[in-house]
Amino acid sequence: MNVTEDSTEQSGNSLTRELTQNPLKKIWVPSSTNGLPDRHISQRKVCMTNCPTLIVTVGLPARGKTYISKKLTRYLNWIDVPTKEFNVGQYRRECVKIYKSFEFFRPDNEEGLKIRKQCALAALNDVRQFLMDEGGQVAVFDATNTTRERRETILRFAEQNGFKVFFVESVCEDPDVIAENIVQVKLGSPDYTHCNTEEAVADFMKRIKCYENSYQPLDEELDGDLSFIKIIDVGRRYLVNRVQDHIQSRIVYYLMNIHITPRSIYLCRHGESDLNIKGRIGGDSGLSAKGQEFAKSLGQFIQSQNIHDLKVWTSQMKRTIQTAEAVGVPYEQWKALNEIDAGVCEELMYEEIQQRYPLEFALRDQDKYRYRYPKGESYEDLVQRLEPVIMELERQENVLVICHQAVMRCLLAYFLDKTAEELPYLKCPLHTVLKLTPVAYGCKVESVCLNVDAVNTHRDRPSVRLTDTQPLSIIITLQTLSSFFINHILGNPDVL
Amino acid sequence: KPIKASFVFGTQFKIFWIKTASRPQFTNCPTMIVMVGLPARGKTYISKKLTRYLNWIGVPTQVFNLGQYRREVLQTYKNYEFFRPDNEEAMKIRRAYASNALKDIASYFTKEQGQVAVLDATNTTRERRGVIINFAKEKGYKVFFIESVCDDPEIIEANTMQVKLSSPDYENYDKEEALVDFLKRIDCYKMSYVPLDEEKDRHLSFIKIFNVGSRYLVNRVQDHIQSRIVYYLMNIHVTPRSIYLSRHGESELNLLGRIGGDTGLSSQGQKYAKALAEFIRGQSIKDLKVWTSHMKRTIQTAEALGVPYEQWKALNEIDAGVCEEMTYEEIQATHPEEFALRDQDKYRYRYPKGESYEDLVHRLEPVIMELERQENVLVICHQAVMRCLLAYFLDKSEDDLPYLKCPLHTVLKLTPLAYGCKVESFYLNIQAVNTHRDRPTNVNVARKPEEALQTVPEHL
Repeated sequence: MNVTEDSTEQSGNSLTRELTQNPLKKIWVPSSTNGLPDRHISQRKVCMTNCPTLIVTVGLPARGKTYISKKLTRYLNWIDVPTKEFNVGQYRRECVKIYKSFEFFRPDNEEGLKIRKQCALAALNDVRQFLMDEGGQVAVFDATNTTRERRETILRFAEQNGFKVFFVESVCEDPDVIAENIVQVKLGSPDYTHCNTEEAVADFMKRIKCYENSYQPLDEELDGDLSFIKIIDVGRRYLVNRVQDHIQSRIVYYLMNIHITPRSIYLCRHGESDLNIKGRIGGDSGLSAKGQEFAKSLGQFIQSQNIHDLKVWTSQMKRTIQTAEAVGVPYEQWKALNEIDAGVCEELMYEEIQQRYPLEFALRDQDKYRYRYPKGESYEDLVQRLEPVIMELERQENVLVICHQAVMRCLLAYFLDKTAEELPYLKCPLHTVLKLTPVAYGCKVESVCLNVDAVNTHRDRPSVRLTDTQPLSIIITLQTLSSFFINHILGNPDVL
Repeated sequence: KPIKASFVFGTQFKIFWIKTASRPQFTNCPTMIVMVGLPARGKTYISKKLTRYLNWIGVPTQVFNLGQYRREVLQTYKNYEFFRPDNEEAMKIRRAYASNALKDIASYFTKEQGQVAVLDATNTTRERRGVIINFAKEKGYKVFFIESVCDDPEIIEANTMQVKLSSPDYENYDKEEALVDFLKRIDCYKMSYVPLDEEKDRHLSFIKIFNVGSRYLVNRVQDHIQSRIVYYLMNIHVTPRSIYLSRHGESELNLLGRIGGDTGLSSQGQKYAKALAEFIRGQSIKDLKVWTSHMKRTIQTAEALGVPYEQWKALNEIDAGVCEEMTYEEIQATHPEEFALRDQDKYRYRYPKGESYEDLVHRLEPVIMELERQENVLVICHQAVMRCLLAYFLDKSEDDLPYLKCPLHTVLKLTPLAYGCKVESFYLNIQAVNTHRDRPTNVNVARKPEEALQTVPEHL
């Protein structure tokens, strides 16, 4: 969504503002009376609130706070909410170069307490900078924050700066879960590089003990005025208090849908299609002979993997459905998994697009993520349309998603935390299956090429772009050039 | 059952799709939603609203309200004594019709393809909930409890005034007597009320709503539909507000009888935009949010208001695919079969390379969710889009939805009231073409062109 500014000086005036269409995103924006477009308003899609949000984790060590922080940050950035996490443990490691033992965390260790407080304040400082000066919308403050006193400090800081605060507390007493956490992420921590496993575990358990005595969990009575979600036993139960706005509501929904049950997500494109062979984009053609071969191989590959309870999803386009048919298991169709709509460029070759729409072709290379085909979509639109798919992927366990190039790039960017810049150029070749398995704080990727030849449909970011000073051998009418210049160059400071 | 596409290979590769929705529903077995709570805690309000939402997103849902069963059995309501816990005879009657309700639920699932049944009753004792759980277990239904807990006497009184006193039970009472009797009724339940407990009921799936949504306790969400239900419940509120729905002003393509496209306003359309601005000013709406689509005609309309507005791509008009910018006459001439198929099932029909109303509904779901969160909003959108939004607020079926009348230059003001929505229609007295095409009598593929074009409205 875009927010367009007030034109109070126009109210009562019989002339309404002229609308011009931004050539990159095809969005109608009002231009002021002198014919130039208004100052470009930054996109505010999800965050319709004016003030930034500070998410504060709460919980004993090994309760999944960092896991949640990183995952939530990745999700929010993917849906275009600039988010960053600030892990106080990292600040501590920068301050205290070498970790000796749990003694640092003893509640009676004056020196330790001083350093830890300093680190927390340094982190909050960086939070302020991110939210006020760097265009951040959400900051995730990842620390134990187990005392009411510490949380008070943070609330005061937020109030001073006009930030909203939302607490995310993880409470867990299941010894198996805690042990598994420790094995997965703590033993590999920089703190324990010099220890063997047994020593590390013993030290870490004593570290947890240091926090236990002073731990004041969020309480529905005493903290009744705060906004928070308490996650109990890795999502068995949730207590949600005073959700203030849209972004907090989305965060709660997301947190309530994620789980940590081991599973794998398989991503692949449809088999090679007839239009692929012709070098044409989009359309709704069927599989080529090689594509059908791939579909059979895919079926065999899936069988060999012996996947428990596999769900198969396709788009509603012929080529993905034909591919799924060969796998031979029930599948579900999502219209949301359809390939990006190339609008007027549907079924054209890149050479034809260059010939008929040279300006569009150039604009796309300028900003492939935000560029919207005329009467079509952008990668940015795709991400929005894929959000329910991601939400359901989070809920599910083993899933095979048979989709398309642009769609697969968007899904991959979510799982591998790629930026909007990188996303449209991720390599997703035909006839290759990517197996994604969550591990520790990220995702293990295994690429399986099923050895069936296919054309290459990947078009890299070209080295020559519009801002180059080389003369361009494209045909542009004078009118197009001047309106392009006015709308795109003058109106968009980012281009220059 | 998974939805498969079947292939038919002929001289050309032609695939016939079984009508598939744009997204899978992920409902494997029927779900019983069981309300829990003392009288006047909003159970019926939640039941009806949730049912309306689930039906709109395509999950067949029905409410089974025990109060209604009671009224059918008893015919007249005397007084609160019927609800006294020591009234043996009444207890027998109550157990009997509760059991009938369960039978009807089973029948709804097996014979009517229902997917969700909402049992709207107090269900305040562990014993009663046990009966329901056993019934569900026997039949293989999932159970999800929704408990509404509220201690705020003001809210309870407001509820009582809004919906209880006008109930058929109190037809022959005067207001004060009704209130006294109703409060005694609540007392009858209070003594035996055992709320859901996070320890004792930790194996059940439920959401506990405290004080109309300031706090929620959610336990063991089992599946997709329960997750969607929780998300919905956590976004609704009861703060009084109004939603204004309007189409863009008349557009240049409207004048020519052409569908879709992205043109600007005609001169009548511009007049409407100004009239709309005046109307909105006259309504003196507190903190109004204005939403438009990404299409020129809604944005031009909003510009006249002189206030900030937000553009939603999701509010764009239905994509008519290959039929974009055609007149109905042209569609009949170039795609007569498609034209007939559309008249046969206008809700599910998808334009080639375009969308269906069903697709629109799924596209609009985040808009509805955000409308629920917001307070006063003016949505400037398009004919098909407005029909979908209206169908949600007024609980219209899939058959009615595509034929709802949403004329140009008319603002609909929707105000939640009791269990439903009050609708006020404001025609702003600016002439506009009619864009409403009724279902013609003959929808057969073999019909004559005149029959197909029977209901096309006039245009240039």
